[in-house]
Amino acid sequence: MAYADTAHHDDHHHGPPAGFMRWVTTTNHKDIGTMYLIFSLVMFFVGGLMAIVIRAELFQPGLQVVDPHFFNQMTTLHALVMIFGAVMPGFVGFANWQIPMMIGAPDMALPRLNNWSFWILPFAFTLLLGSLFVPGGGPSAGWTLYAPLSVQGGMSVDMTILSIHMLGISSVLGAINIVVTILNMRAPGMGLMKLPLFVWTWLITAYLLIAVMPVLAGVVTMLLTDRHFGTAFFDPAGGGDPVLFQHVFWFFGHPEVYILILPAFGVISQIIPTFSRKPLFGYTSMVLAVAAIAFLSFIVWAHHMFTVGMPLAGELFFMYATMLIAVPTGVKVFNWVSTMWRGSMTFETPMLFAVSVVFLFTIGGLSGLMLAIVPADFQYHDTYFVVAHFHYVLFSGSIMAMMGATYYWLPKWAGYMYDEKLGKIHFWLTAIFFNITFFPQHFLGLAGMPRRIPDYALQFTEFNVVSSLGAFGLGLSQLLFAYIVVKTIRGGEKATDTVWDGAEGLEWTLPSPPPYHTFATPPQIR
Amino acid sequence: MMSSRTKQYGTIAVGALLSLMTDVAGAAWELNLQSPVTPIAMEILELHNLIMLVCLVIFVVVFGVMFYSVYAHRKSKGYQAAQFHDSTAMEIVWTIIPFVILIGMAIPSTATLINMEDTTESDLTVKITGYQWKWRYDYLDHDVTFFSTLSTPRSQIENTEPKGEHYLLEVDKPIVLPTNKKIRFLITANDVLHAWWVPKLGVKKDAIPGYINESWAYIEEAGIYRGQCAELCGKDHGFMPIVVEAVSEQEFDTWVSAQQNVQVAAAGEADRTWTMDELLERGKEVYGQCMACHGATGEGVPGAFPAIAGSAIATGPVDGHLDLVMNGKPGTTMQAFKEQLSDADIAAVITYQRNSFGNSTGDMVQPPQVKALR
Repeated sequence: MAYADTAHHDDHHHGPPAGFMRWVTTTNHKDIGTMYLIFSLVMFFVGGLMAIVIRAELFQPGLQVVDPHFFNQMTTLHALVMIFGAVMPGFVGFANWQIPMMIGAPDMALPRLNNWSFWILPFAFTLLLGSLFVPGGGPSAGWTLYAPLSVQGGMSVDMTILSIHMLGISSVLGAINIVVTILNMRAPGMGLMKLPLFVWTWLITAYLLIAVMPVLAGVVTMLLTDRHFGTAFFDPAGGGDPVLFQHVFWFFGHPEVYILILPAFGVISQIIPTFSRKPLFGYTSMVLAVAAIAFLSFIVWAHHMFTVGMPLAGELFFMYATMLIAVPTGVKVFNWVSTMWRGSMTFETPMLFAVSVVFLFTIGGLSGLMLAIVPADFQYHDTYFVVAHFHYVLFSGSIMAMMGATYYWLPKWAGYMYDEKLGKIHFWLTAIFFNITFFPQHFLGLAGMPRRIPDYALQFTEFNVVSSLGAFGLGLSQLLFAYIVVKTIRGGEKATDTVWDGAEGLEWTLPSPPPYHTFATPPQIR
Repeated sequence: MMSSRTKQYGTIAVGALLSLMTDVAGAAWELNLQSPVTPIAMEILELHNLIMLVCLVIFVVVFGVMFYSVYAHRKSKGYQAAQFHDSTAMEIVWTIIPFVILIGMAIPSTATLINMEDTTESDLTVKITGYQWKWRYDYLDHDVTFFSTLSTPRSQIENTEPKGEHYLLEVDKPIVLPTNKKIRFLITANDVLHAWWVPKLGVKKDAIPGYINESWAYIEEAGIYRGQCAELCGKDHGFMPIVVEAVSEQEFDTWVSAQQNVQVAAAGEADRTWTMDELLERGKEVYGQCMACHGATGEGVPGAFPAIAGSAIATGPVDGHLDLVMNGKPGTTMQAFKEQLSDADIAAVITYQRNSFGNSTGDMVQPPQVKALR
């Protein structure tokens, strides 16, 4: 009690310090959340530009725009930037803003650590993107950095490795902060089984991050010592094993894909009940399903490498375990549909995004199930079918969920409503161009087009033209998104405190915009 | 009820429309896996079609329900929200049903997989080795060895000439295989990872240095089947295709003995002295293999692949040049070419490099010099 009094006494200034130093020194979860989200949006455009270069080269057969060496740098960096620069920091931004407000906490548990986890990112990405300008160009061995190809690369590979180390530190610190906040800072009466689903998915995601980021750090360090210090972890000539790299990498890599998608599941589970004006169906089973998916994510890694020549027993084990993931994922989809069933639905922009995520993510989920079938995977593996699959789960899963979350929560944060008409236009452009870009890639993959090639045989021309045109439209449409976000922050129609008709949860009890410090006194949970 | 004449017109119209879509545009809007020529590829296609169908049915049912709800349960229609939020019975039902469907999928998949992995009792073994960026084929039962590289000219890739029908899917020497024989492939790599993939055979296996992976095919139809490297292997990953020529057993035997004769003749070349013109002519041909990295005029790619024009190696002592070409440079893309090229080829290409692109050392390297260093 005494402690709380002193803290309150010191806190008489109610606004942040002004100027640039506010952002450098801030320990406020809202400021840090904002910085994460702006960073994520900038990286989304950087990675998007790389995607445009890729699609421009693939617009026609023959080499027109870039040479194959630079093309490989683009595919490598597009993936690294989108995964580590856009999606992961994006969701951490939402976590920073929302978790304290959703559990009735005054801030994150470890505010200085929070500042540090963010400020590592700009330096890590300066290093990663700076690698494009060193002799020999950027990393070109694919984002998976498979040895021995990555052992051949120039100094850009070392810069990538160090950048990954920094990103790993940032993620693990951020994840520890989230776990500590959720476990210790809940308002009295907020039991674990009363947590909003977004908080639950983040709690589990944070544990995944803590478990696997060190594994990634380990494997890239082994790569670094192979490159420079004479070890031979991955070099058969020295008794090493190139496949070892893949096993360790995917032991990180598969939980990583759930790190990218679970917070999106959380977002969807917040938005659908609000606009259906009906509580989430099957709360307990939703939590259990997320936990089951997280557990299974640790025992399916080798499905990324069915063609490396595993023993039959291994292939069967990883096939069955992977197929099993369809069960909890199915439970989530059925619960979302049941939440909508007999609700009283309206379709503002966040709901449009949420419904399309359920619909399009399921396409990616079903193609994932097809990829799990080992004999069929021998035909799909490393083709555009896989490219289509993971863009359906990552773009129309994670990224469109983040767009929905932006429209859903931005009025609360900014105090102004976004332009509903523009929001809807942005949604339809995104959804349509996304499908024009990626649906044809399923056909390209089945017809036999390998991924990561800068040029292709003539029978692949038609669908590549369609896909490239879609990509140009998809890229341009996102400028509208940036415009809407900026416009909303600068002003407009005032948002009410509840913002949405059917919104439930602590964040909606606060004013819009919320004051700089919220819940200094914990709220009462009924 | 439709009369038979209307039906007939209907069929003609649909047929005409279909042929219009494919012929006029000259387009290949391929929607499914390539047509199989082996029993395994056939099994895979059937499995793919089955799971595709199951997924499609699930998708239509689930989203049929969802879109009905989107249509009917709207606030704008005055629909009042129900407040139910739990049903243990439903949760159990939609956990068990998918589980049963999955078991239904797993059974045929397991059967096919067991069949695919059974490489025993083969009639013939071919060892396949991936290199940056070409394939080497060793017929272990016949003592025949050769490399297979892309034969599409640079001018087509760089758009200065119209592209041929098999653009990027054509090679100088295809792998020739007999039909109706169980062929076992032993797949490995010399430098980085590659993957040997021919869709119509249903074979895709990673080529990994230090590993020998196994796969097999039983080709039922003579013909030419094309594939590509499927695992990112560096700059020219998109330019190392695979062409399989499946022929009858008699034709295969004829081909094998012809290959054996060619190899004997090539061995004789190493013992004689070559003229400068002969060396330069052959060297220019062989240089095609160096061009991917070092460029058509020896300019290289700064920072990634060194130039040959004016380089210390190509204008310095011959011994250093021979050593680099023969033994490669570990940890880089530069391979040990003594495993890939004949004595005459190495002598010719070194001579060519030392007297082209502005280099004018006047040095001549003779095949016996190379032979002595082996």
